[in-house]
Formats: sequence, structure tokens, C-alpha cells
Amino acid sequence: MSTESNPWATASDDTGAAESTASNPWGGAASTQNSDAMSMSASGTPVEQTDFSLLHPFQDVWIPLDSWIETGVSWVVTNFRPFFTAVKAPVDATLTAVDSTFNAAPPLLVIALFGLIAWQLSGRRLAIGSVVGLITLGAIGAWQESMTTLALVVTSVLFCIVLGIPTGIAMARSDRAAKVIRPILDIMQTTPAFVYLVPIVMLFGIGNVPGVIVTIIFAVAPVIRLTNLGIRQVPSDLIEAANSFGADKKQMLFKVQLPLAMPTIMAGVNQTLMLGLSMVVIASMISVGGLGLMVLRGIGRLDIGLATIGGIGIVILAVILDRMTQSLGQDARQRGTRHWYETGPIGLLLAFKK
Amino acid sequence: MVTKLEVKNLYKIFGEHPKKALKMLDKGINKDEIFKKTGQTVGVKNASLAINEGEIFVVMGLSGSGKSTLVRLLNRLIEPTQGQVLIDGHDITKVDDKELRDIRRSKISMVFQSFALMPHMNVLDNTAFGLELSGVNVQERHEKARNALAQVGLESHANSYPDELSGGMQQRVGLARALTNNPDILLMDEAFSALDPLIRTEMQDELVRLQSEHQRTVVFISHDLDEAMRIGDRIAIMQGGEVVQVGTPDDILHNPANDYVRSFFKGVDVSNVFCARDIASRSSLTLIKKDSSEGLITGLKLLNENERDYGYVIDKSQRFLGVVSTISLQDVIKNKQTLSEAIIDDIQPIAADTSIGDIISIVAHSPCAVPVVDDQQKYVGVISKARLLETLDKEASV
Repeated sequence: MSTESNPWATASDDTGAAESTASNPWGGAASTQNSDAMSMSASGTPVEQTDFSLLHPFQDVWIPLDSWIETGVSWVVTNFRPFFTAVKAPVDATLTAVDSTFNAAPPLLVIALFGLIAWQLSGRRLAIGSVVGLITLGAIGAWQESMTTLALVVTSVLFCIVLGIPTGIAMARSDRAAKVIRPILDIMQTTPAFVYLVPIVMLFGIGNVPGVIVTIIFAVAPVIRLTNLGIRQVPSDLIEAANSFGADKKQMLFKVQLPLAMPTIMAGVNQTLMLGLSMVVIASMISVGGLGLMVLRGIGRLDIGLATIGGIGIVILAVILDRMTQSLGQDARQRGTRHWYETGPIGLLLAFKK
Repeated sequence: MVTKLEVKNLYKIFGEHPKKALKMLDKGINKDEIFKKTGQTVGVKNASLAINEGEIFVVMGLSGSGKSTLVRLLNRLIEPTQGQVLIDGHDITKVDDKELRDIRRSKISMVFQSFALMPHMNVLDNTAFGLELSGVNVQERHEKARNALAQVGLESHANSYPDELSGGMQQRVGLARALTNNPDILLMDEAFSALDPLIRTEMQDELVRLQSEHQRTVVFISHDLDEAMRIGDRIAIMQGGEVVQVGTPDDILHNPANDYVRSFFKGVDVSNVFCARDIASRSSLTLIKKDSSEGLITGLKLLNENERDYGYVIDKSQRFLGVVSTISLQDVIKNKQTLSEAIIDDIQPIAADTSIGDIISIVAHSPCAVPVVDDQQKYVGVISKARLLETLDKEASV
């Protein structure tokens, strides 16, 4: 694959090279900054110290939280670099694979595939909508960026599912786990994304891979929460019935709880996907490519055309992906058939075979 | 009779400190007081039962009497606080999780009031659910499930989903699911209570029919006395977590242990519960036909002395022969005929096991109290109009 067809490959190569030459570019910078801060707090504060007055009690900072955090993060950066590189690796590998697949595949093939998947999952209407939407994306000149964004979102959602569903199951099984995890989720959902962009950059660098990690942090909460909720909402008489027939824990989970919680879990996946898409623009600030970058550039240059194209692209992707995952939450019977394989292209194929 | 399932001094206390509540129970403090003082709820208190192989054993009580808790203690869906549950003499309160699962998979199945069918599985898979958990392969479990569905008459609905079936059909699936495992013991927790009365009767008949094909031990929980009387070989009555009386339906009906048990019968339709034998009175006058003499004049004299219009003629071995009246006796004496010619042909005896509902019109149209005979034609007693009315007046009959 040439570098031109895949700009992101070079970007990740760059980061790799940077890592190998200067083993810790961020660590170095942070530690100098940090020593400055330390000297400030050590020498500067006593000089500035005026008499404590009850009228202005907060003139001086009591707790130097900012410098603590700085010290803490830079300590983590210097000492846990291998750990974060290790965390990055699977994300990097998945993203590269997904991204190169989407970008290398001929657009018409991608459009056809999306159309078929949409038809299978939902129906002809969504299939036609998807095809028209994707053609529009290409027509307005956002194809390459859309595929990059799609790859980012798909990778993020994949990791959200892989991390989120087991976490949700753990929460549902143990009240203690739920008690510990719930506030963490609250923090992840309420902390403005801008706040953790900085430490993420310090820990993981910039580029698409940290972008995926930020997106995971931002978007994983709904799938965890709704997995937990879905499992807890399984009617207790069904749990009792399964128990009375001698179900062990694994059978209970896979034969009763997960199938019954599936619509709720799918609603969580859907929400995660939507959050992931909305994170795309914010993540572009740490040099993540795709539609978000178009929007960011548009804002920076006051280029309303470019920003609009990026925005429209995100909306089109969002609508297509939303409808597709929503229909995942329905079972075949809600759509009026016995089995999922009786409709759509596969149904057609099977009918021909007969 | 082999005892299949035995419960010995079983206690269940809900709450954090069951030990404390147990101690208070030992001191004889009652359930409400314990709840007030410790917040512990006594679910089942010192229950002891011996359930025989092949019988339908009904546990009856009002809601909150602990019957549903008791049945769940039998397969440890609820962990007992103290006491033993013996299946074939083997104490299941002491077995580990794995063994307990094996027992639940092979020996003991349950049918639920709410049906509790898996909505994401079709009828066949629901029926095969227990075998699926045991790891039986698809073909074999589907075949057994089809057999079980055939037993309850639902084989044509194998591919339907539970929400496409009526309540009665859903419970048939629930029953089939429990039967597929071929268990020794069937626990039925108010299994038919959610069904309408017509379907309920039908299901009861179904259960009795299935029971006649395969002798299983059935523990049936019910709050409905009619149901209990109808299908139960024996009945245990629970009150406030205690078993207050165990016995055959007749035992309990005739000798209720306390007012609580008695109060059950107030709502019962006695015309179905009692049969002619139960209310037949022996107080009427019987004439014994002797071989040597006809004894017509002594008979007439006896009736006149006791101011009776009718006499019931039996032979020496208590066999019922017929009814005579003072008028018919006077006629045969005048015409010098025999006792058998004095018998009034219109009055036919009724069989002892006829239900009261069926004898009302016979008694109402008969000129005298109607005689009752058993299946060997032996005289049991008579039912007069007054006696019948008294029985139908439920309050007075108990």
C-alpha cells in the first residue's frame, strides 16, 4: 500500500520512530515543567504569602491540586511507559486493520456491502437509504475521511463491546462491583472530554490510536450500564425456573440472562456508537483524522464549506449506523418472520436455492 | 407405602440473623413478635412431612402461610435455615452445588404459577430446556421434548413461541418441560392458579391422567380447597409457616384440627366435596327380614310405636332390600301377602359415592328419606330432605 493511499500508516510510523529515538519525549518535557512548578511552589509561595485574612480566605491556594496532578501524571508517564505502549498495541493493530480495509476497498464495493448488511438487518428502506447516503458522502468529496472516521468508530465500538459487556456482566453479578464501577462511569461520563485529552496525549501521544482510546473512555459507559441493567431486569421467575432445572452460572448467563438482556445491551451499543461519533470532532484536536478533522479545519480557517461537509458526513454516518444497530436489538419475530435468515439478501438466496 | 420425600423439622427464617430468631422460636415467642423485635421473618416453622411415592400431596394454605417457601425448600431454591429434606433418604440440604444441580436435573422438576417459560425459545426448546442444561444432544432432547409435548397434547405447537399460546397452553408447556426430565418428583407451585376455572379443571384432570400413566410423586401447592380435594391423595394445611394438619381430604373435612382449617370449608362447594355416604344418617328405622317368619305385624307395630311412616328393610347381612310404609304393610297383611310384596318399587336406593350435587333432585322428589347403599348393596343409611338442606347450608355443616 502506498503512503499516499494511507496517510495514517505514515502517522503511526512517525510515532513509532519518535518512540524509538527519544524514548520518552513527553516525560522529558513534563519533568522539566514539573521541576519548574515545584520550585515555584517551594520558593514562590512563601514570598507571596500575605497575612491570612478571613475576608479573603481563598486568596491563596490551600491545596496545590494542579501541581500534584502534574507530578502524578509525569511520574506515571516516566515509570509506566511500557504499560501504555502495551495498551496501545492491540488498539493500534485493530485500527490499522480496519482502517486499511475500509480505505483500500473500492468505494462501490463498500457501498454495496453496506446496502446488503442494512437490508439484512433492517429492510429494503434502510438499504436504499444507506446506499444513497454513502454515495452522497463520496459525491461531496468526503469519502476518504468518512472511511477513516468509520474505521475509528468501528474500532472504538468494538473495544467498547469487548470491555463493556464483561464489565456490565460483572456489575450485574456483584453489587459490590456495581458500587465501585458506577462512580467511575459517572466520572467518565461527566468529565468534559477536553480535560482528559491532555493526560491522554501525555500518556499515549497524538494521532488516531490515542483518538480511539479517548473515544473508548467517552463512549464505553452506556454499554456497561445497559448490560448491567439488562441482566438485572431479567424476570426473577425465569432465573428461578432456570435454577430449578439445574442451570449452572455459565448456562444461566449464556442461555437465559444474555439472550433476554440482548435488546437492552443492543440499545447500549447503539448509544455507545452515537457517543463515539460525537467524539470524533473533539478527538480531531489531538490530530485524529477523518470527518472531525474537516470540521476542525473548517472552524480554524472559517471555511464554512469544509466544516459543513464534515458535519453532513458525520450526520449521514450516524443515521446509517444508528438505524442498523437499532434493528440489531429487535429479534426476527418483531419484524414478522420466524428467523433472521428468512428475510433480506440471505433469505432471497436461500429461497433461490430451494 | 415407600416414603419418597421427607421433611424433618424444617425451618426457614428470612433475614440477616436467623440464629437469633431460631432461639426466640425455641422459647415459644410467636412470629409477629419476632418480626417486631428482630426484623426476621419466619417463613417456615418446624415443618415435618412424609410424602409417599406416587401420591399427589397437596400443601394448602392462604397466601403468606409459607407454602410457596416450603416447596422451594424441597429443591433448595430457597436455602433452609435448619432441618432436613430427605429424597429417598438422602439429605439434600447437605449436598454441594454440583450434586444439587444433578438432583434438580434428574430427580425433581418444578412447574410455576407464572409459567416461567423462556420467551426467547420456542415451545420445543422450552420443553427441552432441562435436558439442554444436562448436556443432552439436540436430537435426543428434541425427541424427548416432542414426547412430553404429545403427552400434554401440544405437539402441533412445537414451533410456536410462548407468547403465541393461551395461558392454559403455556402451562401445558410448563408441565411438559417438567416431565421431559422424567423426574421422580414433580413440584407444582400453584401451577393452575393463574388459569380460569374451566381450564383449571381440565388441567387437574390432565394431571391426574398423567399420574395414572406414570406414578410420580407430586407435591402440589394450592390455595384452593376445591382443587386440593379434587386431586389430592393427602393434604397438608399450613398456617403462619406451620403445618397444622396432614391427612386425607376426608380426614380434614371431618375432623378439622382448628378454626383456621375449618374456615377453609366455609367457601367450599360442599355438593362436590361430600358424597352420599358422608351425610347418610343411620338413625332411621330398619326392619330386618328374617328367614323364619315374615314379621309383618311386628314390623308394623315397630313403625307405629316409633311414629314412622316408612321402614327400610335389610337382610341379616345388612343387604338393602327395599322400603316399606305403614300403608303398604297394612295392605299386605290384609291381603295375606309376603313382605317382599310390601316393598314400594318407586323408591330406589342411591349409591354411596354419588356426589351430593347429583342426589338433590332424587331426594327432593322422593316421598321419604332416600336410602343409600354401598357397592355391595349394603345399607349405609338414609338422606332426608332436612339432612340435605342442613348439609348444603355450609355454615352449619362444619
